[in-house]
Amino acid sequence: MRRASILTGEIDPGSLINEVGSPQYGAISLFIGTVREVNEGRSVSAIEYSAYKSMARAELDRILDEAEERFGVSALIVEHRIGLLALGDVSVAIAAAHAHRAPALDCTRYVIEEIKKRVPIWKNEHYTDGTREWVDPTRAAQPSRA
Amino acid sequence: MSTVTVQLFASYADLLGAPTVELPVRPGTTVQDLVDSIRSLPGASSLPSTPRVAINRSFAASDQLVEPSDEIALIPPVAGG
Repeated sequence: MRRASILTGEIDPGSLINEVGSPQYGAISLFIGTVREVNEGRSVSAIEYSAYKSMARAELDRILDEAEERFGVSALIVEHRIGLLALGDVSVAIAAAHAHRAPALDCTRYVIEEIKKRVPIWKNEHYTDGTREWVDPTRAAQPSRA
Repeated sequence: MSTVTVQLFASYADLLGAPTVELPVRPGTTVQDLVDSIRSLPGASSLPSTPRVAINRSFAASDQLVEPSDEIALIPPVAGG
C-alpha cells in the first residue's frame, strides 16, 4: 500500500489511517499540515496552493521510493491538496505504518521535509489587508531580511 | 528552426505575464542557454540567474542539453506542505 496524490477536494486523515493500517503493524505515524493564520507577522486569510501536477506526482513517488528504501516502510500514503484553502484546512497528510514506531515516525518526518525542499507546489498567501504574495522560503533564509 | 515550450509557474509566470514561453533550440542548446534567453525577455530581468529547471519532470543541471521534444519547466522556490 503506497500512493501519492495531488487533489483539490478535502483531505480526510482518518481514511489514510484506515488505508495503511493492518494487524501486522504496531505503529501508524500521521503528519497533518494545516493552514496557519499568521506567517512572518502577517495576518493570513487564506492560501491558494498551485502545482506543476505531473512533476509533483513524480517527485512525490521518488520521495516515497526513498522513504521505503531508508526506513523499510511500505505502507505509506501522502496526499497534498491544491486550490484555495481556508484557515485550519488540511493542506497535506502523510501516513506511515510499520511494525515499530521509530521507522514510522522517521518516515513521516523525512517525507514532509523532502516535500518542502523539492516538490513543485507553491503557496500564494492571501492576507487580511487584501494583499497577496508568493511564499518564498529561500528568501526568508537570507540574512538581509534580518 | 526548432523550438521548445518552457512552462512557467507561480511567481515566474507572474513576472513574464504568461504560463509558457516559446524559445528556439539548436543542437547544443543547454538549460542555461534557455534561462539566459528567458531573462532577456520583457519583465524577466529579476528572474534569478540560475533558477531550478526541470526536464521531463526531473530537476536538470544547468549544462544539460535540451531537445525540442523535452518538457521543460522553470521551477520557482517551492513552498509545499
